[in-house]
Amino acid sequence: MAETTTNFGISEAQPDGWRGIAADWSSDQRAFKNVSWGKAMMWIFLLSDTFIFGCFLLSYMTARMSTTVPWPNPSEVFGLHVAGVSVPLLLIAIMTFVLISSSGTMAMAVNYGYRRDRRKAAILMLLTAALGATFVGVQAFEWTKLIMEGVRPWGNPWGAEQFGASFFMITGFHGTHVTFGVIFLLIIARKVWRGDYDVGRRGFFTSRRGRYESVEIMGLYWHFVDLVWVFIFAFFYLW
Amino acid sequence: MVDITPGPVDAVPPAEVPEVELYHPHSWWTKYVFSQDAKVIAIQYSGTAMAIGLVALVLSWLMRLQLGFPGTFDFITPEAYYQFITMHGMIMVIYLLTALFLGGFGNYLIPLMVGARDMVFPYVNMLSYWIYLLAVLVLVASFFAPGGPTGAGWTLYPPQAILSGTPGGQDWGIILMLVSLILFIIGFTMGGLNYVVTVLQGRTRGMTLMRLPLTVWGIFTATVMALLAFPALFVACVMMLFDRVLGTSFFMPALVEMGEQLSYGGGSPILFQHLFWFFGHPEVYIVALPAFGIVSDLISTHARKNIFGYRMMVWAIVAIGALSFVVWAHHMYVSGMHPYFGFFFATTTLIIAIPTAIKVYNWVLTLWRGDIHLTIPMLFALAFIVTFVNGGLTGLFLGNVVVDVPLSDTMFVVAHFHMVMGVAPILVIFGAIYHWYPKITGRMLNEVMGQFHFWVTFVGAYAIFFPMHYVGLVGVPRRYPEIGDTAFIPDSVHDLNAFITIAALIVGFAQMVFLFNLFWSLKFGREAGGNPWRATTLEWQTSETPPAHGNFGKELPVVYRWAYDYNVPGANEDFLAQNDPGAAKAAQPA
Repeated sequence: MAETTTNFGISEAQPDGWRGIAADWSSDQRAFKNVSWGKAMMWIFLLSDTFIFGCFLLSYMTARMSTTVPWPNPSEVFGLHVAGVSVPLLLIAIMTFVLISSSGTMAMAVNYGYRRDRRKAAILMLLTAALGATFVGVQAFEWTKLIMEGVRPWGNPWGAEQFGASFFMITGFHGTHVTFGVIFLLIIARKVWRGDYDVGRRGFFTSRRGRYESVEIMGLYWHFVDLVWVFIFAFFYLW
Repeated sequence: MVDITPGPVDAVPPAEVPEVELYHPHSWWTKYVFSQDAKVIAIQYSGTAMAIGLVALVLSWLMRLQLGFPGTFDFITPEAYYQFITMHGMIMVIYLLTALFLGGFGNYLIPLMVGARDMVFPYVNMLSYWIYLLAVLVLVASFFAPGGPTGAGWTLYPPQAILSGTPGGQDWGIILMLVSLILFIIGFTMGGLNYVVTVLQGRTRGMTLMRLPLTVWGIFTATVMALLAFPALFVACVMMLFDRVLGTSFFMPALVEMGEQLSYGGGSPILFQHLFWFFGHPEVYIVALPAFGIVSDLISTHARKNIFGYRMMVWAIVAIGALSFVVWAHHMYVSGMHPYFGFFFATTTLIIAIPTAIKVYNWVLTLWRGDIHLTIPMLFALAFIVTFVNGGLTGLFLGNVVVDVPLSDTMFVVAHFHMVMGVAPILVIFGAIYHWYPKITGRMLNEVMGQFHFWVTFVGAYAIFFPMHYVGLVGVPRRYPEIGDTAFIPDSVHDLNAFITIAALIVGFAQMVFLFNLFWSLKFGREAGGNPWRATTLEWQTSETPPAHGNFGKELPVVYRWAYDYNVPGANEDFLAQNDPGAAKAAQPA
């Protein structure tokens, strides 16, 4: 038993070892100290969403490994002809660069949000949304290109038909996540701009009064969507 | 043995956070219909779940009529029989049990038991119910769609699920089923996030996790599991929907149907089975863990004795929850697997018996030398223990590969899972309703009707499912609408089938008495008062019964002890409520 002082200045005996770990985790009122309800909820939602993307990607890997027909060669399929030169993965490189950059602007927006610099926070969020929209736009271009070349969910000219099915399903599901992120970014940017978080106006989705922490929670979602893209990128385009 | 000494209570630290403002409704609509109050949402969830459960009950009668008296009922064609099976299974597992335990009991009990005014995000919680209702309506719509509901079996195995030979396979049935499941998962996620965050971050002063009533532990762990298991079903549903609607081939191998080569090719039906059972096995415990938790509280309260080994009970719940994610392929022994996988999954399956056995022993040891009151909740709790042990023992047969292979797809399996995840949790639901009805309505449920309901249900359930084990052991396959004169099946099976059917009809009738009791007692039941069972947990200590909006009046309760201080030596009464500072009051800092 070690004598420790808690945050509240009350000295009490605390257990050691595994019991101590259990006691810390199960401690009074909140398991995660200084984590708000909204942030805790977003983290748990992202954990659940990780399982969705995990299942999608595992299903894709199973399909790819068990198919009897050869899988199309990604560096040819996703290549782009610029001025007569074939550049593999050009489009994807641009998309990935755009999305990763948007993570940077998002992080800056969170920072300015906590500093109560409404103007900069809102502008950076709009910039993030613009980069996200660009990503979705380039994805739409890529989809169009592949569809013009004859790729369909039920078949394609080069090999296993699961290629088109998995590709459209997974990038589509991810693109939907990005699109929702862009919509929520615009909503929260507007609230930051108007100063809703300074006057404590009620929120639109939770009916609770918001704080600048909402920007950070939005950021958690946005970074998650970016992180997922890294895995999709690796498993779809580099494999 | 730190657990069983009530001892000097710990210091209750001051509040860590100021209380969060509560949303107040302004009109009749926002109070009772589009309500954000978890208690109202709980009743909406429970009512909807029981209504759709009634449909499942009627379907089970129709199935039993066909099995008991084959050839008598013209309208029960083999196709209709498959549709009855499918919808009965799906409704019972997902739309009744999951929704009632987590959406119903979870919503009602979590905020009250942890000492919160409401769920953390009431608006999202409200959306959860309405999306659930939408999912149920889509499911019901499939009964009226051309071709009727899907008849693919509740596991929806491809490729048959979306082929024309299966009812609903090339009609609307399977599409509506998959859409309904996707909606259910979206709605459940909204509620589930609320339950988890409320338990983790929204507790009152003094309510550490290790002082939570086991009911909350059960519901909490089950919700975490559901948030991690439903994604697999979500993905499986999306992919099968694409196979059916867009013509992709995720799960569809190359097929010849009616002499014609279908356009599918190269997919893996086994992949669906893995995804489905990665959800499906945790789902068994998503239904069982809340039952474990609730039954612990019922036994402790009605035996006037603290729960035996509280810490072990908590760790057993957590361990069962974790283990249940690594056993799923024991549902697939006959699907074709590498033998080493079968070995692995059989081992993990049998390991689950350890925490489960700990729980059963602890329940029995709680009863041992307790002051047992044979109230109706207690009767149901005792019936649960017996039934769960029964169902668990047959689980040992089915968990071993070599024993499972001959028993697989026989009525033995049907008897097993109905005992362990059908009858057992439903007995707990009944016990819980008899236990908490006084808090929800302020009146006791009628005792005479309750006794009738209990004995008919309990004895009847055994009359139905004991013979079914035998029927399965002699080799009657499941999912067959009619076995006819098959050489290896003795005549006794036909008589038993008729017997089971009659028992099922009687048990079904007893449920009507129960439903009648629910409404009758609302008006004519005995006044209950605030704490009729003299229980310790916070929901019985509210200033008003039924609890008003905001649950606890002006001040939130402060918790000084665990939930199981019954018959504490030296105390004035035979129980000490969780918010009772007791003798240590003078010593407590303000």
